[in-house]
Amino acid sequence: MTFSTDLGLAVPELILAGGALLLLVVGAFSPKNAPSIGWASVLVLVGAAFAAATGPFGRGFTGGLIADDASAFAKVAIYAASAFCIPLGQRWFERHAVHNFEFPILILLAALGMGMMASAGDLISLYVGVELHSLALYVLAAMHRDNAKASEAGLKYFVLGALSSGLLLYGASLVYGFVGSTVFTDIAAAVQGGAHTGVLFGLVFLICGLAFKVSAAPFHMWTPDVYEGAPTPVVAFFAGAPKLAAMVLFARLVAEAFGGAVGQWQQVLIALALASIAVGAFAGLTQRNLKRLWAYSSIANVGYAILGLAAGNAEGVQSMLTFMVLYMIDVTGFFACLAALSRQGRAMETIDDMAGLFREQPGIALAMTAFSLSALGLPPFSGFWAKLFVFKAALGAGFSVAAVAGLIGSVVAAFYYLRLIKVMWFDTTAGATEKPPIEAKAIGIGLALFSFPVVLGALVWIYPAAGRAARAFGLA
Amino acid sequence: MPILSLITYLPLVGVAAITALRLFGKPDDAKSVETSKWIAFAVTLATLALSVLLVARFNPSEAGFQFVEEVPWFAGLSYRMGVDGVSVLFVLLTAFLMPICIAASWKSIETRVHEYMIAFLLLETLVIGVFCALDIVLFYLFFEFGLVPMFLIIGIWGGARRVYAAFKFFLYTLLGSVLMLAAILAMISISHTSSIPELMVYKFDPAVQTWLWLAFFASFAVKMPMWPVHTWLPDAHVEAPTAGSVILAGILLKMGGYGFLRFSLPMFPQASEMFTPLVFTLSVIAVVYTSLVAFRQVDIKKLIAYSSVAHMGFVTMGIFSGNAVGVQGAIFQMLSHGVISGALFLCVGVVYDRMHTREIAFYGGLVSRMPWYAAVFMLFTMGNVGLPGTSGFVGEIMTMTGAYGVSTWTALVAASGVIFSAVYALSLYRRVVFGEITNPKLAGITDLDWREVAIFAPLVASTLYLGIYPASVFNLTQSSVDHLVAVYQAAIGG
Repeated sequence: MTFSTDLGLAVPELILAGGALLLLVVGAFSPKNAPSIGWASVLVLVGAAFAAATGPFGRGFTGGLIADDASAFAKVAIYAASAFCIPLGQRWFERHAVHNFEFPILILLAALGMGMMASAGDLISLYVGVELHSLALYVLAAMHRDNAKASEAGLKYFVLGALSSGLLLYGASLVYGFVGSTVFTDIAAAVQGGAHTGVLFGLVFLICGLAFKVSAAPFHMWTPDVYEGAPTPVVAFFAGAPKLAAMVLFARLVAEAFGGAVGQWQQVLIALALASIAVGAFAGLTQRNLKRLWAYSSIANVGYAILGLAAGNAEGVQSMLTFMVLYMIDVTGFFACLAALSRQGRAMETIDDMAGLFREQPGIALAMTAFSLSALGLPPFSGFWAKLFVFKAALGAGFSVAAVAGLIGSVVAAFYYLRLIKVMWFDTTAGATEKPPIEAKAIGIGLALFSFPVVLGALVWIYPAAGRAARAFGLA
Repeated sequence: MPILSLITYLPLVGVAAITALRLFGKPDDAKSVETSKWIAFAVTLATLALSVLLVARFNPSEAGFQFVEEVPWFAGLSYRMGVDGVSVLFVLLTAFLMPICIAASWKSIETRVHEYMIAFLLLETLVIGVFCALDIVLFYLFFEFGLVPMFLIIGIWGGARRVYAAFKFFLYTLLGSVLMLAAILAMISISHTSSIPELMVYKFDPAVQTWLWLAFFASFAVKMPMWPVHTWLPDAHVEAPTAGSVILAGILLKMGGYGFLRFSLPMFPQASEMFTPLVFTLSVIAVVYTSLVAFRQVDIKKLIAYSSVAHMGFVTMGIFSGNAVGVQGAIFQMLSHGVISGALFLCVGVVYDRMHTREIAFYGGLVSRMPWYAAVFMLFTMGNVGLPGTSGFVGEIMTMTGAYGVSTWTALVAASGVIFSAVYALSLYRRVVFGEITNPKLAGITDLDWREVAIFAPLVASTLYLGIYPASVFNLTQSSVDHLVAVYQAAIGG
């Protein structure tokens, strides 16, 4: 491998990094051009997605960077989700009198970090990717700085994020100490045919750190507070794409580096999955704030994704990737809808605010109904297909009890999704809503149309693509 | 011509039209409301016409699936549709009851009429889809999504405790269904196919069958509903609007029986045989116990709801007798109950629309003010009791005959249910219709108007037609049922 072929593998990263730096300079000299910086950032993301999809595959930088089907699959999805959030957030911040041009640039930097996570081939690029995207997200969460709750959310996110980074680092150093290398392929060779207890100890720390990032129970504590405090369009962003990136990294770590120790990490993952599903289902029952509610919903949903990964075979990873992409689209759409709603200048965030929404905003109410039913896992919405393959993989791997427990968890969670639908459809209105901003409404309703019926056609493409991505990890 | 897809998705054309009317027009405009009703009515009539065409072109001498459509999808799934002698009848029943429901809601639904019509048309698509689907995931898709329109129908247009009833309905059914989903996924994992015809001939290991059977049983027993998981039904019926009750009793409950016939019996024969005593026990408890419960009700709708549970007891008993007479009887009983219980709920709706109460004690002596109503109600009460000459008789006698061949005691106890049903049904009729008018509020009550007569006419005709000439149904089902029973008996070595 020469340096130039290595660089060829990193074209998406180079486009994003270059674009972000260039736009930062443009913004610093003419901050008035914020809208055009936003659209330019969308173009940069589209270019990076194109480069990721068409670029050469291989391993570069002595194994630190991997471009394969899995990274291409994840990057296209991540960059697309990031691109949706730029117009959504930029207009929102303008309406709330936050005139910073940095919002799209921070999204670009986060996308760069997430892309690196999807491409990470050793523990160092793993850590750099995680930190790069996390730092951008901390700033984004606190960007509405005159709002006390947003500042609190940013700080909480930062402190707990730092803790999880510490766990990741500690795990990485343990693994490095026992294996003598940070590259995944070297770790895989060392683990083959029985791993040293110290290595497994390191793996558990790594898993804990990543569980923080995807907010799997019992590492989920930060999620409801951060979701509640952060600006809604920012939540739309970090509830979706970063989780997908972290799950892809999770899968690559356990499958590629620790593929020889499947039996060891499967148990940990099953425990994480079931704990997340239970916490998400039961704790969600008492929530009145929709952003907190969806935080618990995301905890449960991550549990399902981990259940798929726990199957420990290619089918399981395929189901997990399909799940995460479909979930990401749903959650982005839901928060876009939420960002579109306000009444007398106040954001509508509690369940009671939604009373009679169908009378006021039939389009958005229908979209939110679709997202609720999808999160519930009801066919024919995308959430159903997502869960279908996860449970099929779990059953196929012999985890019947865990699968049935997960299904019953989804019935418990059904109660709160139904309550939202009930409030929107059955109750009388709580007063007139303001005209929703066009971009949030369009994104919300558009993604709801993806959830059903577009998904029925799109899966024909997504599911095999996830399958190719899953096989890139080298599992059976 | 893909006639099954046409029948299934035709109601969606109405959904699209009414949605456009609702979103781009004024929601409360009287003209737009009127148009939406006519669109819904026209679409359901067109669906009925197509279904009649389907039955006319159906070849009754063939046992397998007909009008099969197959388009490969992804992940090994396919879009597969087809009907055999069993499902074709349920398609017809659905298409038959839907226009009646729309007509019955013409005046009684006054708020959010567009949404109401959309919910009914969507429900029609999903229910017909359930009966036509030949891919097990597609079946689940239709089966499960059907909960949503019904949830909305109960929750938006229902009575005082509608929210409680809607949640209970949804969560009960969902809990049963997710277990079925687990079983469906396990079956796909084991057999590597999701095609129902292929699964029907796949031989599952008897030990696995037990679990799969139980999971499917959880779903269908709730749907049916069987004792002791029937408690959602009275609540749902009492709170649902009249047409909602008609659909619930007339069609949605039949999906449980259809499921037993399509999945449990042919796919898990050994398990079915093993659990037959359980099903028989639950069935006769349902027949006897819910009949007694029905007798003590003070609400007319609740009484009919409990009587539905009792009648469904005959259906499960007939299905699991595993012989041709019992299965034929069960199918017939489902059809007949679809018509009769639907008609009874409409009878309740008639007086409820006028007096806005369903309390039995409120009424009495209606015969002197409403002679036509009394006559119609009489006929359907007799049908409910199972009087020879009405369709109710044929199903009960055949399911009992079928069960008698397997378990004498079961048939004997179930037969006592026939007497109980006469007790509660006749006493209801006496208390509501006969006697003097004692309640001064009833003095001005009016008899059926032409719209109501037009609604009841097809129901009266079909109750009598099926009662007098049941062979018209058996001709259609014979080959499919004979095949089903032959395969089942061969599998259990009987």
